[in-house]
Amino acid sequence: MKRRDFFKTGSAALGGAALLPFLRALPASAAAGSDTLVVVIGDTINSLDLHRSGTNRPSYQVAVNVYDRLVRFGTKTLEDGTLSYDSTVIEPEIAESWEVSEDGKSITFKISPKAKFWDGTPVTAEDVKWSFDRAVTLGGFPLVQMSAGSMSKPEQFVAVDETTFRVDLPAPSKLALPDLAVPVPLVINSKVAKEHATEDDPWATEYLHENPAGSGPFKITRWDAGQQFVYERNDDWELGELPALKRVIVREVPSAATRRALLERGDVDFYMDVPAKDAKELGESGKAKVQGAPVDNCLHVLGLNVKYAPFDNKLVRQAIAYALPYEDILAAGAYGRGKPMWGGTEMSPSTIEWPQPFPYATDLEKAKALMAEAGFEDGFETTLSYNLGLADWMEPTALLIQEALGKIGITATLDKIPGANWRTAALVEKRLPMHLENFGGWLNYPDYYFYWAYIEGHLFNSSNYTNPEMDTLVDETLTMETDDPAYAPNITRMMEIAFEDVPRIPLYQPYLDAAMKPEVDGYVSWFHRQLALSNMSKG
Amino acid sequence: MEKLSRIGGRILQAIPPVFGVIVITFLLTRALPGDPAVFFAGLMADDDTIAQVRAELGLDHPLPVQFLFYIRDLVQGDLGNSLSTGRPVLEELATRLPASLELTFAGLLFAMAVAIPLGVLAATRPGSWIDHLCRVLVTAGVSLPTFFTGLFLIYIFYYILGWAPSPLGRLDFLYLSPPQVTGFYTIDALLAGDWEVFWAALRQMVLPAVTLGLFALAPIARMTRAAMLSALSGDYVRTARANGLRSGRVLWVYAFRNAALPVLTTLGMVFSFLLGANVLVEKVFSWPGIGSYAIGALVASDYAAVQGFVLCMALLFVVVNLFIDVILTLIDPRVGLES
Repeated sequence: MKRRDFFKTGSAALGGAALLPFLRALPASAAAGSDTLVVVIGDTINSLDLHRSGTNRPSYQVAVNVYDRLVRFGTKTLEDGTLSYDSTVIEPEIAESWEVSEDGKSITFKISPKAKFWDGTPVTAEDVKWSFDRAVTLGGFPLVQMSAGSMSKPEQFVAVDETTFRVDLPAPSKLALPDLAVPVPLVINSKVAKEHATEDDPWATEYLHENPAGSGPFKITRWDAGQQFVYERNDDWELGELPALKRVIVREVPSAATRRALLERGDVDFYMDVPAKDAKELGESGKAKVQGAPVDNCLHVLGLNVKYAPFDNKLVRQAIAYALPYEDILAAGAYGRGKPMWGGTEMSPSTIEWPQPFPYATDLEKAKALMAEAGFEDGFETTLSYNLGLADWMEPTALLIQEALGKIGITATLDKIPGANWRTAALVEKRLPMHLENFGGWLNYPDYYFYWAYIEGHLFNSSNYTNPEMDTLVDETLTMETDDPAYAPNITRMMEIAFEDVPRIPLYQPYLDAAMKPEVDGYVSWFHRQLALSNMSKG
Repeated sequence: MEKLSRIGGRILQAIPPVFGVIVITFLLTRALPGDPAVFFAGLMADDDTIAQVRAELGLDHPLPVQFLFYIRDLVQGDLGNSLSTGRPVLEELATRLPASLELTFAGLLFAMAVAIPLGVLAATRPGSWIDHLCRVLVTAGVSLPTFFTGLFLIYIFYYILGWAPSPLGRLDFLYLSPPQVTGFYTIDALLAGDWEVFWAALRQMVLPAVTLGLFALAPIARMTRAAMLSALSGDYVRTARANGLRSGRVLWVYAFRNAALPVLTTLGMVFSFLLGANVLVEKVFSWPGIGSYAIGALVASDYAAVQGFVLCMALLFVVVNLFIDVILTLIDPRVGLES
């Protein structure tokens, strides 16, 4: 965008006075008034369209802020005062109300008259259908995520009339409604998109890649690829409280040391996704406020691949679970920014809270005894693989594990795998005997975690774990309502199996940390790990 | 005439390496570990969606066919679309290359401004304190990794003293980039008569340019010193001195003009490796240059972008070498004597 065009769009949207901060000579502190937030992130976004194939994870932030969905999750305050999303509360957004049919196989949404696209036209059922069709037709990740809520075919989406939209499900599922609140099922202005669609590109991927067309609380006014993007508030947004921030500038700064220096010097207001070490030190130094919540349904684990001997032996897996230096890992790998997931006392859990501590703790005598019982008194040799892209926590963790395993006779050679190859090696080919893994489920149900990580062939089951009983349990429970009498016993049994067989040994539940100036308020920690701006303010 | 045909021959010589580079980069990028189809299908894609993405990317054809497609596009000036950014590679390179070039030129200018006088002084007074200072400075410069120097300079001049602007790339977010003519912000700002932006761009460039320049001090200063030493011991310098010419004239006109040839050749090489060394400096200073783009593309196995980058660098090397050769012919005193 040329400068002149930018000024033009700027003044059209805001009126002349709002341009003041962009006058040239003002220092940063004066320019960034209380309605402008300056954010630094370490990654670079590569698209403004979440559905495009190749769109990377950091780009989801744009989808979260510029598009609305039919429904959204609520927020709650944790004990320590941190705000977090609430997976148990589903609020209206574009849909003002919804009704589940008697047989549970369809959900009918009434679209709110307050839902308006940026161009002023009302959001219609036709727009919702077009957007959902797009998500399941373009394939890739959006399709997989929609399928988790039993939605995979365009025929399932019906525009009944202007303001009534229906989703038909093959069978009732508790995951369907929450799955409509994740970033993927966003609602696009289909009239604008269709104007830019071509025969080769019926879903306007070329256009929406650089020009979002939505109804959300923020618009994108500028995107300099590899450098920055700028949000401007949509003053006509009525689907919630109007955000306090008028403008948000997000700068991409690849070096973590530079990001930290910028925040400490006060030149930026907000630093997203802080490495654990910096989060701890920033918090202690008092130069910045650090807020974060444990990521729901996410565990950092040591995976033991049961396809490779001797990890096919349950006793060996348990021995390793008793040998790990959990305290040191949490202290050195996560700088204490994690929730302990060891030291549980019961082999059969008394609650269905998930994740919860596994019944293992560092106990070398027990580990040695189990190794002897398994016939490996003299230990064995193996490799421990980790992802270089996540070296900030995986490297120290792997070193500590290597040292501890040495004490029970296991010689582990470290195997560093570049980030680009990690997915193929660990998740697709599943060929790493011992490895570190960090799956987290977007939908906060234990059965959803087990579905991805404990069923044969499923992507995050990097341990190749198979167990017919687990298969049956997950299959039965996945779509079951949580108040079903069979739900709690089923979950308990799944956890018992996970405790007993330990193909994945949890190390801790990680935090998602953000650091900010003390006057920044309203940061909410989300399951999608992106910065959502609508609650935030700068006092 | 003879000079022109020599230059023409030089240009023709440059074609086979370029073609070689095209073939090698094509094969090398295909040999990269990691499957781009898997990468771009996303974290949770299944086999069907991966196959679908593979077909979309044209990766289901045999290699020779893929190569022919590539050559055809190349002839049309189409470097393909970057998979990860979804933009034409040519466009991306055109916006990012000037950023890297501007920084590299600034770094090179700084290095020359420090290293050449230092080398000359050291050569005229071998064994003196200035000679030792030269040695210490260049050793320190070359042995400190650039990311360390960069972070160190940020710590001192930005974090502690607050003299430098925030290390946020080419311009602070208060400023808007000048209308693009050359892609060099400083030059474009001057063309637009916008002093404010010119100063802002210049200020942003000081720390990264110094970081880069420190790294380049060593080869330039050492080469200047060595070349000056040999020139100063030459017969023509002795003759000039014996004829009573002023020492300044002897030093700069007789000795330095001869010593300039190897120095210039070194500059060509230094320029090339500075472009490569850019990568780390770009990371530390959030500089939106070509190095960070290439790294991102490599990590994502983004074929088109990697090929475009390597091709662009190869062309740049060829051009720089050509340029240096031409300049050498122009300033070589012996060439002047012949005519």
